[in-house]
Amino acid sequence: MIYFDQVSKIYNGGSAALDNITLSIAPKEFISIVGHSGAGKTTLIKMLLAEERPSIGSVFFESSDIHDLSKSELNDFRRRIGAVFQDFRLLPNKTAYENIAFAMEAAGRTDDEIASDVPHVLELVDLGDKLWNFPRELSGGEKQRVAIARAIVNQPDIVIADEPTGNLDPINTYDVVQILKKINDLGTIVILTTHNKGVVDSVGGRVITMDSGRVVRDDKKGKYAL
Amino acid sequence: MLWTDTKRIIKSGFVNFWRNGFVSFASVLVMTMTLFVLGLLIFVGATLKASLNQIKDKVDVNVYFVTNALEEDILELKKSLETLPEVAFVEYVSKEKALEQFKTRHKDDQLTLQALDELGENPLGANLNIKAKEISQYEGIVEFLKNESILSATDDIPIIDDVNPFKNKNAIDKLTKIIDSSKILGFIITTILVIASIIITFSTIKLAIYTARDEISVMKLVGASNSYIRGPFVFEGIMYGIISAIITLILFYPLTIWLGPITENFFGGMNLFDYYINTFSKIFIIILGVGILLGAVSSYLAVRKYLKNRE
Repeated sequence: MIYFDQVSKIYNGGSAALDNITLSIAPKEFISIVGHSGAGKTTLIKMLLAEERPSIGSVFFESSDIHDLSKSELNDFRRRIGAVFQDFRLLPNKTAYENIAFAMEAAGRTDDEIASDVPHVLELVDLGDKLWNFPRELSGGEKQRVAIARAIVNQPDIVIADEPTGNLDPINTYDVVQILKKINDLGTIVILTTHNKGVVDSVGGRVITMDSGRVVRDDKKGKYAL
Repeated sequence: MLWTDTKRIIKSGFVNFWRNGFVSFASVLVMTMTLFVLGLLIFVGATLKASLNQIKDKVDVNVYFVTNALEEDILELKKSLETLPEVAFVEYVSKEKALEQFKTRHKDDQLTLQALDELGENPLGANLNIKAKEISQYEGIVEFLKNESILSATDDIPIIDDVNPFKNKNAIDKLTKIIDSSKILGFIITTILVIASIIITFSTIKLAIYTARDEISVMKLVGASNSYIRGPFVFEGIMYGIISAIITLILFYPLTIWLGPITENFFGGMNLFDYYINTFSKIFIIILGVGILLGAVSSYLAVRKYLKNRE
């Protein structure tokens, strides 16, 4: 479904953030990407979100090169991916409800769909009572759950979670991982990058280990091995 | 779909305006100042124009004819003057009318009237009162009259007795120069003030949108199209314009009431308050139009910066 074809990213100054990565991801997989800071995890994610272009090589989604998409095709593609970040990236001037509604509006959903889906998805991440709170009124764990709700509300094909537990305490980390597993059980590809050994071991799916921009291990049923 | 989007954009614009209260307040304040300057310039321009017109109105050329000049010769000269493109209008004052005017002017001066009666006949000649369209054109008219005076002479005796602006030539020249330079100066000051206020407004709105740059990148990440992201910002800019225009127009009401009598005394003839009321629809459209345009264009350009890259 996703295929990285000999992708390299070289920043100004010659250091390679990604070095000749070839990787394929099948439907319904739960993939953990682990590695030290600067190993290239985030750059890999940015390639997939089309936030950055590869210097060499291409990234395919289904059969199209995502870096050759037109602006409107790119918007369509991004609506098929839900993204969750360490720093949450919620819209600060919108309530939890409005943050999720915005993603649905951007995807062109009707008002009726929004009115029925948003409370439902917030219920799913256990925030049914915080619909009208602004991000500043929510704890870190709650913010991350709003971000996950936003990522899944449009029923994406892929959910990308870039260090989603980086700012959370163990209990919230556990909750977030459980939610991601539930999403994966429903058939969505989940790509998770993390530093957290406990998270990787509890997921028990495919583990890709990166170092200096290369894939050094790729285990079908892996453990955290650094 | 288009209607739904428009509805959402407008709603979102309203909500953003309200929730970013302080930023909205600052933007409205700056834009109000810009529109206020613009309005003041309209008023200054109108006052200047009114007083210039008054001065211009006082300038004319009088052609005095010898007492025995034939009326048909004078009327012929009047006709040829009227064909000149510089001439606004020509008024013919006949001998009899000149006498009448003289009498009314001196109706309290018995001595002069008595002397006039003693004379028996009308000592006054007819005259033509000429007004040019522009002050600078008087010289040309005087020149024309000089030539005409030689041509229209009967038996080598010219019918024109005197042309008065020969005496006022220096004063007229000076006045022309003052009016011309005040026009140029006014234009330069207007241009500088307008450009400065537009730049200040633009920077304020740019700053307001700069605070939202992270939001813009999040919106792109969830797949919102550029126009859907831009919409609420542009609508907010339009709201700044409308609100600022209304505040400005309200502020001008007490201001012109206060300035009205002062301008009337100082510049003569024009009351600023009456001018404001009479041309309200015109000023309303200019202020509101500039406000909306400024808000929309500034927001559009400011957001465009963050929409350009694919990130």
